[in-house]
Amino acid sequence: MKKNEVPQDKSNLESANFKELCYAVDENGEYTTELSTGWNPKTIALNNAIEALNERISASKQRVKDLKVSPLEYYMELHKMDLPILASYVGIWKWRVKRHFRPAVFKNLNNKTLQKYADVFDITIEELQRTDL
Amino acid sequence: MEIDFKHKQAAHCENGVVANLMTYNGFTVSEPMVFGIGSGLLFTYIPFLKVNHAPVVSYRAMPGIIFTRFATRVGIKIKREKFRNAQTAKARLDENLQRNNPVGLQVGVYNLPYFPDEYRFHFNAHNMVVYGKKDGIYLISDPVMETVTSLTEKELEKVRFAKGAFAPKGHIYYPTAFPEQLQLEKAIIKGIKHTCRDMLAPVPVVGVKGIRKIAKLIRKWPKAKGIKIANHYLGQIVRMQEEIGTGGGGFRYIYAAFLQEAGKLLTNNQLLELSKEMTLIGDQWRDFAVEASRIYKNRSNAVAVDQYDHVATLLEDIANKEEVFFKKLKKAI
Repeated sequence: MKKNEVPQDKSNLESANFKELCYAVDENGEYTTELSTGWNPKTIALNNAIEALNERISASKQRVKDLKVSPLEYYMELHKMDLPILASYVGIWKWRVKRHFRPAVFKNLNNKTLQKYADVFDITIEELQRTDL
Repeated sequence: MEIDFKHKQAAHCENGVVANLMTYNGFTVSEPMVFGIGSGLLFTYIPFLKVNHAPVVSYRAMPGIIFTRFATRVGIKIKREKFRNAQTAKARLDENLQRNNPVGLQVGVYNLPYFPDEYRFHFNAHNMVVYGKKDGIYLISDPVMETVTSLTEKELEKVRFAKGAFAPKGHIYYPTAFPEQLQLEKAIIKGIKHTCRDMLAPVPVVGVKGIRKIAKLIRKWPKAKGIKIANHYLGQIVRMQEEIGTGGGGFRYIYAAFLQEAGKLLTNNQLLELSKEMTLIGDQWRDFAVEASRIYKNRSNAVAVDQYDHVATLLEDIANKEEVFFKKLKKAI
C-alpha cells in the first residue's frame, strides 16, 4: 500500500474523533505511517455485525414478551455477551445460567442470585424482573 | 504524580506498549521491530471456538507472547503479576506509580469509555500503559489512541477485571532489567526464523495451511450454512484482518516495515527485496477484503455461489505466495 492510497473513507470512528494508524510506503519506497479515518470494506463488515447483534436483541426481546425465556437472556444479548461470558461474569456455572433462562426457574430465584445478575447488568432487581421490555 | 512518559500512537496495542515502555527506559525501538523480533506474524484458524457467533481466525501470535519473546531475545527481564483481588491489584499499581515506574496493563475493551460504542465488545487482550495518577484519576497512554486519556479508579478496576476468554485478572507488567546495549541483530534472526517455522508449520490450521483451510471452508459455507451465515462469517474474517490494530492487510504491512528496517540494520539486501514482496502480499490481502465486502454488502441477498469460489481462489493464491515467500525468507537469513 502506498502512503497516498491509505483509505480515508467515512466510518464509525469519526463520531469519536478517532483515527487509526496504518503502515504504508512513501514515494521513495520507505516504510512510514499514515492515519486513516476508515475503510469501506471493514465499515460494512462492522455495520453488518452490529445489525446482526440488534436482530438478536430484538428477537430475544420478543421471546421475553411471549414469556418463552426469562429477561436474563435479553440482557445478555443487550450487553453483547454470550453464555460463557455471562457465566464467567456472574460466577455461576454455564448450565445453571442456561437453566435460569427458563421463566419458571427464573421466577423462583432468590434475591442473592438475582442481585448477582443485576450487578453485572448494572440495573436493579425490579428492572431485571420486568418482562414488559 | 505524573511520570514524564512519551506517548506514541501505534497500529497495534501490544507492540505499541512495548515500544513506548522501551523508549521511556532509554532504548528507542520501533513498533515493527518489536513485532518482528517477537514473531508476531501468524495465521491461525481456531476450530471449535466462536466469537460473536462466528469462527475465529487470527493474524497474530497469542496475546502477551510478543513481549515475552521480544524480551528473551534482546535480553530484558520483565515482571508480570496477576491478582485475585481488586484491592491488591490497585495497591500494587499505585505502588509502582509512586516509584515512578510506568506499567503495562492488560484490559478488557468492553468497558473502555473512550472507545467508540461500535468497537466495544468483549475482547480482553487490549494493552495500555498507566503513567500517573492525579486526584484519583489514572493517566492512561493507550497506544491505539492519538493522544493520552484518563480513567477513574472505578473505570480502571472494571476493565482490569473484565471476565470471559483471556480474562486479564488485573495483569500488570513492566521491564525490570536491561542489558547495557540492545543486541538486535541476533534477536532479529531468531525472530524471523521463528515466524518462518510458524507459517510453514505442518499443522492443518496454522500458517499457510491454515489459509488454505479457510479458503476451503469459504467454498462450503454458502451451501452448508446458508447465505446469511456465510456472509456473517466472511465479514468476521475481514474484521479480524483489518480492524484497529493490524496496521492494514492483517499485519503484513507492519511485517514488511520490519523486514525493511532489519535489512538495513543487517545490511542484507535480500531482506529489502523481500520487504517489497511482503508489501505486495499485503496488497493482495486488501484485495481479498474488497472482494469479500462485495459479497457481504447485502447481508442476506443471494449471491452467485461462484463469487465465494472467487474469493476462496484469492486466498489460495495468497497461501501459495506466502509459502514461497517464507521459504525464501528462511534462506535469506
